[in-house]
Amino acid sequence: MLPQIKRKPKLAVWKFASCSGCQLSLLDCEDDLLSVAGAVEIANLPEVSRTMAKGPYDISLVEGSITTPAALEHVQEVRHNSKYVVTIGACAMSGGIQALRNFKDVREFTRIVYAQPEYISTLEKSTPISDHIKVDYELAGCPVSKEQLIEVISALITGRTPEIPTSSLCLECKRRGVVCVMSAHGTPCLGPVTRAGCGALCPSYNRGCYGCYGPKERANTASLSKHWSQLGATEEQIVRVFRGCNANAAPFKKESEAHEHH
Amino acid sequence: MVNLLLENGDLVVIEQSDFQQLLDVLAERTYQVVGPTIRDSAIIYDEMTSYTKLPIGWTDVQGKGTYRLKRREDDALFGYTVGPHSWKKYLHPPVSYLWRTNTTADGFQVTTAIEEPPKLAFIGVRACELQAIAAQDQVFLQGRFVDADYKARRENIFVVAVNCVQAGGTCFCASLKTGPKATSGFDLALTEVLTGTNHYFLVEIGSSAGADVMQAVTHQPASPAQIEAAEALVEATTQQMGRTLEPLDLKELLYNSYEHPQWDELGERCLGCGSCTMVCPTCFCTTTHDTIDVTGETTAHSKKWDSCFTMTFSYIHGGNVRTPLRSRYRQWLMHKFATWLDQFGRSGCVGCGRCITWCPAYIDITEEIRAIQESTNKQEEKIGGKL
Ligand code: SF4
Ligand code: SF4
Ligand code: SF4
Repeated sequence: MLPQIKRKPKLAVWKFASCSGCQLSLLDCEDDLLSVAGAVEIANLPEVSRTMAKGPYDISLVEGSITTPAALEHVQEVRHNSKYVVTIGACAMSGGIQALRNFKDVREFTRIVYAQPEYISTLEKSTPISDHIKVDYELAGCPVSKEQLIEVISALITGRTPEIPTSSLCLECKRRGVVCVMSAHGTPCLGPVTRAGCGALCPSYNRGCYGCYGPKERANTASLSKHWSQLGATEEQIVRVFRGCNANAAPFKKESEAHEHH
Repeated sequence: MVNLLLENGDLVVIEQSDFQQLLDVLAERTYQVVGPTIRDSAIIYDEMTSYTKLPIGWTDVQGKGTYRLKRREDDALFGYTVGPHSWKKYLHPPVSYLWRTNTTADGFQVTTAIEEPPKLAFIGVRACELQAIAAQDQVFLQGRFVDADYKARRENIFVVAVNCVQAGGTCFCASLKTGPKATSGFDLALTEVLTGTNHYFLVEIGSSAGADVMQAVTHQPASPAQIEAAEALVEATTQQMGRTLEPLDLKELLYNSYEHPQWDELGERCLGCGSCTMVCPTCFCTTTHDTIDVTGETTAHSKKWDSCFTMTFSYIHGGNVRTPLRSRYRQWLMHKFATWLDQFGRSGCVGCGRCITWCPAYIDITEEIRAIQESTNKQEEKIGGKL
């Protein structure tokens, strides 16, 4: 446990295939950022500074998915040098939007996009960090919520288990007293199969949840798709909604494939 | 103004044009008035100082998984039923703090976080909702462990009930004898009568606090014709219920149906989203959680609404005791209609219909129960036939 450590715990952030939005969430923590900066030694934060303190690290926050052979090696090193590995965001947790390549042949894309595709060294699939190394905690979301980020950091520093819900978004929505957009407006919503954590951001603005926190525990996507069809969603729309930033998460992947007509 | 002293049980009439006085008198007595109002295309509960914030001239159309507002042909103040919110959000808030700690020079200091509860006047509490409050009173106020926060909040409210003069599409209070008329648990109970040019409220005084408030509002003694008109409206509501449920022998039936195939079927449909438990006015379960700031100087111990549909809810040492959705749905229904009776001597359901309206998988508990009842009846017939 960390409290025994006399020196300040070392925190490092590692970036794989991602947009950096999740590590920017850390900078977005405002007042809390100062307490974090006071409580830990920030050993590596690529979006802020190029200096990197040497390992080992107490807490490694890992952003992004694994898409290249080099990343495959690097992520092993991160694990080797870290006491706790916490992945942050949908890319690291399920493969991200870049996992759309998993449904196609990636060489097709490199041929279209790059003049000389032979210089591109990439993997067939975009995969989550947990496919390659042991992960201690995973924070969902695109981007992650700053409250959850602070929660996990403070929990690890003080030596307690972080509270990271795996239940549905509907619970958060209802606790906030948000009017259900699906029942009251007929707007299709992914909330019933999506993890809580965002505080019901989209429904509170009268929009359906689009699943950026990924599948909740035991997500019954087949039943929700049936309801979406009753609300008028086409098969194509159902495929698209499950092919967002968590397209590669098993329940979402299975559901989009079930509605894809070949 | 009639100056006869009002008493518990008295019936008086206030004109619609004097209705605002009721809110004003409550405000003078330092109550914060909360009642139904429209937000995001639904009727929710919120603060109000003027009766014009009520959904005047609106009604709701409710069905399985659907809720829509519709214009009425009149300007009724209470011409709708219950919406997505219930009064439990005030009495048993979604999130509340139990205690906090601060690090001090020689250790730490604990402060209980129970705040001075707001003094609230609830406007438009329906009969089923009064029954739901009574059900939660049993949970939180009876026995050895009294919930101090609930108690403090509960003692600080003034209840203006409204008898339903129109039933909702998913309501079944008549089947459970929990409505549509408020019988106890209120300070004042109103029946809105709107015929031609007449628009008044028959008011039943339910407590001395209610009598005191009514004394300050312009009113008249109720005439027999006015009483009869109001009673006829409530009686008609009983005949219009959107749903029905046969509660006779239901507990025994459910106890004998643990392995009924209907649960498997429900396990396919239910999303395990927990919406039904959140909107249900009697569901009371919470989980607790500690938050500690990054410096470790202060902590807060909070409780928040939880649901028997989550995996963590039934997580005990070594694993989860209720993993398939089938058994989580069964737990919820069984508790409402069977185990609650053994636990508290009453049904855990008051027939408000919220869980039907707000279920994103179109699951209707009355239909599910009927399916179990009918299949069992058929089986009994078969066995009867053979004998
Ligand atoms: S709006 Fe979406 S997340 Fe919120 S309760 Fe409805 S279905 Fe669930
Ligand atoms: S079980 Fe459903 S109908 Fe019964 S009180 Fe709860 S929400 Fe209302
Ligand atoms: S019964 Fe409906 S509201 Fe309740 S958990 Fe299942 S899907 Fe959600």
